Amino acid sequence: MSTADRPVSRPLSPHLQVYRPQLTSMLSITHRATGVALAVGLVWLVVWVCAAAGSADIYAGVAWFNGSILGRIFLFGWTACLFYHLFNGIRHLFWDAGYGLELKDAYASGWTVVGAATICTIGSWLIAGLMR
Amino acid sequence: MADLRSPVARVRGLGSAKDGTHHWWLQRVTAVALVPLVVWFVVSLLRFAPESQAAARAWLASPVTMTMLILAIAVGFWHAALGVQVVIEDYVHAEGWRIGLDMAVKFIAAALTVASVVALFRIAFGG
Repeated sequence: MSTADRPVSRPLSPHLQVYRPQLTSMLSITHRATGVALAVGLVWLVVWVCAAAGSADIYAGVAWFNGSILGRIFLFGWTACLFYHLFNGIRHLFWDAGYGLELKDAYASGWTVVGAATICTIGSWLIAGLMR
Repeated sequence: MADLRSPVARVRGLGSAKDGTHHWWLQRVTAVALVPLVVWFVVSLLRFAPESQAAARAWLASPVTMTMLILAIAVGFWHAALGVQVVIEDYVHAEGWRIGLDMAVKFIAAALTVASVVALFRIAFGG
């Protein structure tokens, strides 16, 4: 469609690249990204459970990866994803029930989710570190 | 070839919603179920922190862990498959790939759920 045929110039929806990033949209795509990451993490949990049922060699291999630097980065990432997705999921459930849909409330709950996820992620790793 | 289907049968399922709110609702049901399951998982993992294989087996073999973990893994994969389905539907436009990938995700989710149950039963009951 050429612009010349257009009778009136209607406003166009801004495309993703020119849309200023907002907390709400960033948290929305992060919810999806953390969900996909957690699906992969769930597969790794099953690998660990199966390894626990398997031979000592297999378990040692999985435990070695979990204890390695890369493994710890993954586990820490999955912890962060888990807490974020849990809290933001609860935020979604409130929206589904019709609460907190005002822009001001959506921002307040958004920052609450970010704060709670950060505290729980760091807190759980501190607790895990202290108990070792 | 004569089409013996009624007019309503021909249009049913052609709208954007396909199956109405069924998918959306199951995503919520599994989400609500996962809230206590995830909280249990994190708290239990922190309490018992099973690192060696013996400690892992002892933790996994307890009836509470088995019950909660089987629920968490099964409902988790259910919720994950529903979520990943939406991601695939949004980004994969070729119909064959879309259907194939969605099926693959569901098969993997089912297979891994069964695998974890078998592994847990083997730890708890297999000598």
